[in-house]
Amino acid sequence: MSRLSVELPGLHLKNPIMPASGCFGFGREYSQFFDLDVLGAIMIKATTPEPRFGNPTPRVAETSSGMLNAIGLQNPGLEKVISEELDWLGTYDVPIIANVAGSQIADYVKVAREISMVGNVKALELNISCPNVKEGGIAFGTVPEVAKEVTKAVKEVSSVPVYVKLSPNVSNIVEMAKAVEEGGADGLTMINTLVGMRLDLKTARPILSNRTGGLSGPAIKPVALRMIYEVSQQVSIPIIGMGGIATAEDVIEFFYAGASAVAVGTANFVDPFVCPTIIEELPKLLDELGFDHISECTGRSWKQNEAVANYRP
Amino acid sequence: MIKKERMKVVAHKELAPSIFELTLQGELVTEMNQPGQFVQVKTTEGVEPLLRRPISISSYDSSEKRFTMIYRAEGKGTTLLSQRREAEAVDILGPLGNGFPVHEAKEGETALLVGGGIGVPPLYQLSQMLVANGVRVIHVLGFQTKSAIFYEEEFSELGDTYIATVDGSYGTAGFVTTVIDNLEQEFATIFSCGPTPMLKALEAGYRQKKLYLSLEERMGCGIGACFACVCHTGDDPTGFSYKKVCSDGPVFRAGEVVL
Repeated sequence: MSRLSVELPGLHLKNPIMPASGCFGFGREYSQFFDLDVLGAIMIKATTPEPRFGNPTPRVAETSSGMLNAIGLQNPGLEKVISEELDWLGTYDVPIIANVAGSQIADYVKVAREISMVGNVKALELNISCPNVKEGGIAFGTVPEVAKEVTKAVKEVSSVPVYVKLSPNVSNIVEMAKAVEEGGADGLTMINTLVGMRLDLKTARPILSNRTGGLSGPAIKPVALRMIYEVSQQVSIPIIGMGGIATAEDVIEFFYAGASAVAVGTANFVDPFVCPTIIEELPKLLDELGFDHISECTGRSWKQNEAVANYRP
Repeated sequence: MIKKERMKVVAHKELAPSIFELTLQGELVTEMNQPGQFVQVKTTEGVEPLLRRPISISSYDSSEKRFTMIYRAEGKGTTLLSQRREAEAVDILGPLGNGFPVHEAKEGETALLVGGGIGVPPLYQLSQMLVANGVRVIHVLGFQTKSAIFYEEEFSELGDTYIATVDGSYGTAGFVTTVIDNLEQEFATIFSCGPTPMLKALEAGYRQKKLYLSLEERMGCGIGACFACVCHTGDDPTGFSYKKVCSDGPVFRAGEVVL
């Protein structure tokens, strides 16, 4: 398995595959299907200072090769996430990346300070890009100066490295990435969902009670690849890639674009075994492609010369 | 235990316009032990449509390792499913959720089973198990119109069966509640599955009985991970406590959750 191991700030990953935040709860449901220890890491559901019920239903709507969701950051709140969920996850030998959310800088700071002190939390994922929360959360992910400011504030209090989750709902993704890098981010995770909508044919109204939702699934994979391709050439911090990954082939594409690890999101809903399946299939695919180690794939799309030198036909 | 399996189509037929009865065979059936559970069906290979479709189990036979589901081919996914032929494989995740509490109706008692439209199927396995336990069953089944009716004969073999149609083309004209309000028989327990307005009407009119309701909601994963099918609880209707229809339900005691 060592050919899949990846070292990132704060993270010693036995493999680069982890479930994405919001698509895996806190792991309990999936623990009935497979041993969570096989995962490289787990990105847990977004945590806010206080409990949140989230949005009214309908909260999901299917789209062509994808889905819209507007869950609304439902979570039991910081205190319970630490005492119940992280405590339970501590029985596994898997690093946790805690997704930190809020509606003002003080929220992010509070959650980051406390959750980063939990032993199995090895990194934070700063959620400045959830499209489904009304109270201003979106500004953190779309205005470079604001994103930099919240990154800085969280870095000051966090005991572990901070990865910032970028929103694709911006006109210049590179500018956002550079801003959070300047703010001190140790890494990036990208992309969050794209804001979308579906309408009901009979009522003519939006299907989602929140009207809009975040688009995920295979439909957004090309957008994610393009953005990672652009950003990875302009920053010097590592990227955990996500956006429609469902197969081992998808993983390699994300690495080629510039990712150093990946997260699997919506595919978990379709196939609860998708993460272990990908982990199992990756070595075979590396053989077929002629790579000794998965890290050789990172950025290969633009590291042309190096790629030619290492290629074994 | 929940399993994922490519199950073999052993029978597939149209019972009424757009209403299909699909029987599948495989090891997964040995995990089925209560009526009212459901499965998540991948209606096609590949990513379009992406999500699985939650469909209730209408009956199962552990010794034959077969189960049957009845569904309406309405959207893209279920229409594709309806084209599957015998001997083909269908990707199933299940059994999922918590079904009807069969033992809440005791031997010698009478139970009322109320179904609306495509909510009728899970009551069939329930009725068979109740009858096997010595419970007398009465069925009240509501449909839009005469041509949409299915399984009348199957239910009639198990107990008294009353049909209501919205357009009055068969049985009692109106809703299931029209029939129930005029029933002369006594009953202690009601088990129901159907559209939310029907469940609400039952909750409003028959809360003093032991009333169990099977809910329908849009689902993402079907296993409790995505938080798509969350509802408020009856004792905390505006607070933070919640139940997930897929993994805490789909069957709830009336009042347990806010409809």
